[in-house]
Amino acid sequence: MTANTSTNVKIDALPSTEDENFKPKNGSDLLIKALKDQNVDTVFGYPGGAVLNVYDAMYKNPIRHILTRHEQGAIHAAEGYARVLNKPGVVIATSGPGATNLVTGITDAMIDSIPLVIFTGQVATSVIGSDAFQEADIIGITTPITKHNYQVHDVRDIPRIVKEAFHIANTGRKGPVLIDFPKNISAEIFDETELNDAPIYLPGYQPNTKPNYLQIQKAIQAISESKKPLVLAGAGVLFADARKELTEFVEKYKLPVINTLLGLGSIHGNHELFFGMAGMHGAVVANDAIQNADLLINIGARFDDRLTGDTKRFAPNATIIHIDIDPAEIGKIIPTDIPIVADAKEALQAILSKEIPAPDTTVWLDYLYQKQNDFPYWYEEDEQEILPQQIIQMVHAITNGDAIVSTDVGQHQMWAAQYYKLNNDHGWITSGGLGTMGFGFPAAIGAQFAKPDKKVVAIVGDAGFQMTNQELAVLKEFNLPVKVVIINNAALGMVRQWQELFYEGRYSQSLMPVQPDFVKLADAFGIKGYRITSLDEAGAILEEALNSDEPAVIDARVKQLENVYPMVASGKALHEMVGVKKP
Amino acid sequence: MKRVITVSVINQSGVLNRVTGLLMKRQFNIESITVGHTELSNISKMTFVVNISDEVKLEQLIKQLSKQIDVLKVNDITDKSIVLRELALVKVVSPANLRLEINAIVEPFRPQIIDTSKNVVTYQVTGHPDKIDAFIELVRPYGIKELTRTGVTASVRETQPVDTPQLSILK
Ligand SMILES: Cc1ncc(C[n+]2csc(CCOP(=O)(O)OP(=O)(O)O)c2C)c(N)n1
Repeated sequence: MTANTSTNVKIDALPSTEDENFKPKNGSDLLIKALKDQNVDTVFGYPGGAVLNVYDAMYKNPIRHILTRHEQGAIHAAEGYARVLNKPGVVIATSGPGATNLVTGITDAMIDSIPLVIFTGQVATSVIGSDAFQEADIIGITTPITKHNYQVHDVRDIPRIVKEAFHIANTGRKGPVLIDFPKNISAEIFDETELNDAPIYLPGYQPNTKPNYLQIQKAIQAISESKKPLVLAGAGVLFADARKELTEFVEKYKLPVINTLLGLGSIHGNHELFFGMAGMHGAVVANDAIQNADLLINIGARFDDRLTGDTKRFAPNATIIHIDIDPAEIGKIIPTDIPIVADAKEALQAILSKEIPAPDTTVWLDYLYQKQNDFPYWYEEDEQEILPQQIIQMVHAITNGDAIVSTDVGQHQMWAAQYYKLNNDHGWITSGGLGTMGFGFPAAIGAQFAKPDKKVVAIVGDAGFQMTNQELAVLKEFNLPVKVVIINNAALGMVRQWQELFYEGRYSQSLMPVQPDFVKLADAFGIKGYRITSLDEAGAILEEALNSDEPAVIDARVKQLENVYPMVASGKALHEMVGVKKP
Repeated sequence: MKRVITVSVINQSGVLNRVTGLLMKRQFNIESITVGHTELSNISKMTFVVNISDEVKLEQLIKQLSKQIDVLKVNDITDKSIVLRELALVKVVSPANLRLEINAIVEPFRPQIIDTSKNVVTYQVTGHPDKIDAFIELVRPYGIKELTRTGVTASVRETQPVDTPQLSILK
């Protein structure tokens, strides 16, 4: 198999340059200008009555706008874009149904700390509260699922609010910020001299990024004295762009490192000190390492329950160091011995700046290598059917681990996490906290806009893909070379697995015998579709599809009843994994 | 345990909603809440009385509140030397033949009579919430026609005993 890890297709969706004589006149002009002042060059959205003025403004003062086929597609695309570029994704939707269609994506971004700035249209201020046509109380609806939200009440505040929104979304613990924009204000003519463009002043928002000196001192001492240290790297490392520092840190002291699901990519997937993902479907060695470590250094992970299993029996022997930008995460789930509220990069730099006696980790590493060797991920090959894991292994081989991989939610997501060994950071896009089906494909679209030169592969389930597959139109429209690999088991695989394991195989509503012909579906959108039905042909088809410069949909028919292993059942502790070895 | 928490916020529309919504989402039990302006023009202060099971939850509450963009300051003042005040308006059934008796027994609470009618007297009583509770129990046998309480507001005394116990995270 040959490696072709980039594409040479240019996505020519950037609008012509700004008309030099263009002068902002109304609130919408001001909004587009404020976006450009934030160096925004791409927005994802969908127009409607309440944002007509905004769309008119962007017609006159062009900015690249990606018209998805559903607002959910727009916001997941913005999430994928934000993940890859580590800067806010921008979304525009109309009032009422446009705004409520964003709710799932906003919640997803909130729980996974993805920076977004979202504009929703709103009915005119004079009728807010009167149940006007397409009025929804989106401020009320999104208050618990945004880092912050605004309703614009004065046209002169637009520059300030937009500036603040970008600042809040992309600093501290990142997250979605929503700006609700009433229609009358979007049309209001303003007086240039009265604009409020004051420097950002948010006395109630001063996220701390610098680690406390004494705590760093304590952490260093604990590392020095430990015999079985373990680094748990989460998405905080990626948000802080600290892959280099993390790698330097673990190499300097020979520390084993494991990832959360969302932290994948924070260290090279084949690094000799990397022992894989921990948690419910994590590697045996990673979970074993947590349970046996005497020091756990958590960098930018929030001890999610899918990671910890039974929290009372989590890392029972370990002193806990927790580095997190969000003070509220420290001590929330796991009692912490050495809390460090800081940006992951700054904390790692502070630790690296000190010279300390290195702990001797040889015995510990030997133990872990042995475990890793004894308990690799496994599956039983099947004479008749393709195993989903085999498809992902092939995708990995063909793309050399260098693609941007976006996944949907379910079994295929876990297999992708297990078998796609990423060698790049910001190349892993998945919905962790919310587990949002329908996320993977549109997120891949956003990723491709973010990095037109990279190979982007969406690994999706047949069910999840059907939640947002209308966005195939966007692939066609921009000739976006995203590759959609459908791990097609004709089932809601993860649900079916739980029913098999915990409900005596009563497959209540989890089989999906009737499905579209995905090849024809692709064809209907003008996209090339491929079908894989046997292992013999799989390699060649995948190679052709993945190496082409065109969009592609690959319907890989896999074994229906395959389960994801190993597994920590809910309520169990990490050392109580089942399915750890090939029977 | 019952805790008294004060929260200074920037006066923005929606901030009350954000704060109370947060408490609800994280399953904190609000016993009372008061809000009002402060000496600074755009800053309001909220006083919450909440029932909290343990220190970890309390720490979470304070941290989650502090995280909000429009929240300037969060204090758990329970263990400080504080003045707690509440106001209640209590309509007590008070026919002419009992009125003198009732007035006499409520005297120590120094309530104000703010309205009377043939059969009902409305008392305004202010003080520590415990005092209000006691007042209510005292008049209950006569019949309470209507009861309105404002919820607790609080102020930290200027002079504090040297060793005020505090939660570790507030130090
Ligand atoms: C929007 C949404 N609805 C329901 C679920 C519950 N759920 C989790 S995994 C899953 C099955 C997914 O099936 P498929 O997309 O085919 O992926 P597979 O598990 O088969 O790989 C379901 C229904 C969810 N995570 N998200």
